[in-house]
Amino acid sequence: MTAVTETDTAGSGRGAQFAGVIQRQGAAVVLVLGIIAAWFAFPRFGSADNLRDLALQGSFLAVIALGMTFVIISGGIDLSVGSVYALGGVLAAYGSQYGLLVAIVLPLVVCALIGLVNGLLIARTKMAPFIVTLASLLFARGLLLALTNEGATTYKVPVGSAFLWLGQGTVFGIGVPVYLALILFAIGGVVLRRTRFGQSVFALGGAEQSALLMGLPVVRTKIALYTLSGTLAGLAGVLTAAYLQSGVTVLGVGTELDAISVVVIGGTLLTGGAGTIIGTLVGVLLRILIQNVINQVGTLDSNYQTVVSGAFLLIVVVIQRLLARSRRS
Amino acid sequence: MFVLLLFNLFFTENFLSAANFRTQLVQAAPVCIVALGMALVIGTEGIDLSVGSVMSVAAALVPLYLGAGPVTAVIVAVIAGVVSGLFSGFLVARLGIQPIIATLALLVGGRGLALVIAHGQLVELHNQDFLALGTGEVAGIPVMVLVAAVLAALAGLLVRRTTFGRHLVAVGGNRPAATLAGLPVKRVLMGVYVISGALAAIAGVLSTARLGASDPNDLGLLMELSAITAVVVGGTPLTGGRVRVLGTVFGALLMQLVHATLIKHNLPDSAAQMVQAAIIVAAVYVARERSSR
Repeated sequence: MTAVTETDTAGSGRGAQFAGVIQRQGAAVVLVLGIIAAWFAFPRFGSADNLRDLALQGSFLAVIALGMTFVIISGGIDLSVGSVYALGGVLAAYGSQYGLLVAIVLPLVVCALIGLVNGLLIARTKMAPFIVTLASLLFARGLLLALTNEGATTYKVPVGSAFLWLGQGTVFGIGVPVYLALILFAIGGVVLRRTRFGQSVFALGGAEQSALLMGLPVVRTKIALYTLSGTLAGLAGVLTAAYLQSGVTVLGVGTELDAISVVVIGGTLLTGGAGTIIGTLVGVLLRILIQNVINQVGTLDSNYQTVVSGAFLLIVVVIQRLLARSRRS
Repeated sequence: MFVLLLFNLFFTENFLSAANFRTQLVQAAPVCIVALGMALVIGTEGIDLSVGSVMSVAAALVPLYLGAGPVTAVIVAVIAGVVSGLFSGFLVARLGIQPIIATLALLVGGRGLALVIAHGQLVELHNQDFLALGTGEVAGIPVMVLVAAVLAALAGLLVRRTTFGRHLVAVGGNRPAATLAGLPVKRVLMGVYVISGALAAIAGVLSTARLGASDPNDLGLLMELSAITAVVVGGTPLTGGRVRVLGTVFGALLMQLVHATLIKHNLPDSAAQMVQAAIIVAAVYVARERSSR
């Protein structure tokens, strides 16, 4: 949280403080309660296998949501991540024929470039991030289709390729993507809280004009942000391709919305200026928990997953809003 | 940008036969109808991401009520659209939640709801009266095109000739000023989301009738993006305060024609998408230049 929010809380009474805690930690509280409930309700939930699967599934979305957190804190939005994610996966699978290095570098460079162009357009021409990244959503999906003969070709990762370890390998029984995601979140947290870059991101989201007047590198920060988001989405694609052993073309449709909703559930304000990395992690875990619980219930139509996710997003946002309002008055 | 529009219209007409041209119009009709509502919402500096899911909910409801006659089915579907619009409008106007999030929730949940209603199944429809909505013609003009044209005319009148339209533009232009001036800001906001929901439902019903099947899985997928594109390409700024109804219609037609043109020239879908991306950026860039002057 920013310093501003903290002084707000200190200024008002105990009830408001309590509201502040709920507002910030509400998702975490729900997560803990949800896990406890699921643990007792479904014998299979607590099994090591299931938990391992959960962590692995969450790690791909987590990597994308990390970049999205930065972008949203700066007051922007990146709609292109779903397509870039899919593109990264296809490029990785394609590149894996030429060795491990190509499989990793090629998608990351291309996805970083798409992010860079996003950033340049947004920062230099002052076009709305929403529109610019909407265009690159289409562009990346088009590029992906062109690469795969309109989706007809599926690139497979050669069997025995060292690249597969990135997605399928385990250390102490836990998948490599999980470690990578956790390391990236740790780095992300430090960068956001302890570096000048992180301060600039918060300042941008708080008030762009003031950030400019304060002499912060607004243009450079924006370009870096969208490049970061593109690269992370590409990396998630790389990991997914290594996990699935192929570049799946239909991946990533609607992933940008998933990423945005986990970031928002994690307490990051869409208006920018406030948010935490750890909140996003909680958001991702909640999302995965909801999916898993609905799967465990079994008798429930799996379509309820999206209904519950939508309703949950709504409840979180409404509560955030009502608490913010009650604290102000 | 009008030059670009006209150029494309003439350029494309040369190699499109009348029958083909009609097909293009029919294909553009649902996007156009949804985009009209989107233009009104964007005019208030909002956005409605839920339109695609509302279309799928409307489509899922049709087969359930078709037994009671096509009129009932259409009315129920449109009521569903109005209700979802009321819901989004309530969140935006009363609770002050950002439009993108308020409607995102419905986008995520709505399609799931449609799939739950339809048990995830595609249902074929055989009611001829209903199917006529999608395939029929009146005086040589396809019903879908006619409906889109009438709705566009109504939207134009709404914006230009009614108090609601003037209020809408004022709310989008400067919300605090509109509030201070005593305009019914909340009612205007509710209104635009209800209209957007209703129009999305109508588009869903028409698409269902044209397909001859209710397909809650695929219907309206990414429609929110197509509609926003049409509105933006049509010259309505995302910052609100201005609604270009005619521009929106042209925007929808233009994107459809560009797509068709590229396909006609044997360029694949992938190229079409990349060109569309370029057009969006170009159109917004040009609009930005103009407004800053």
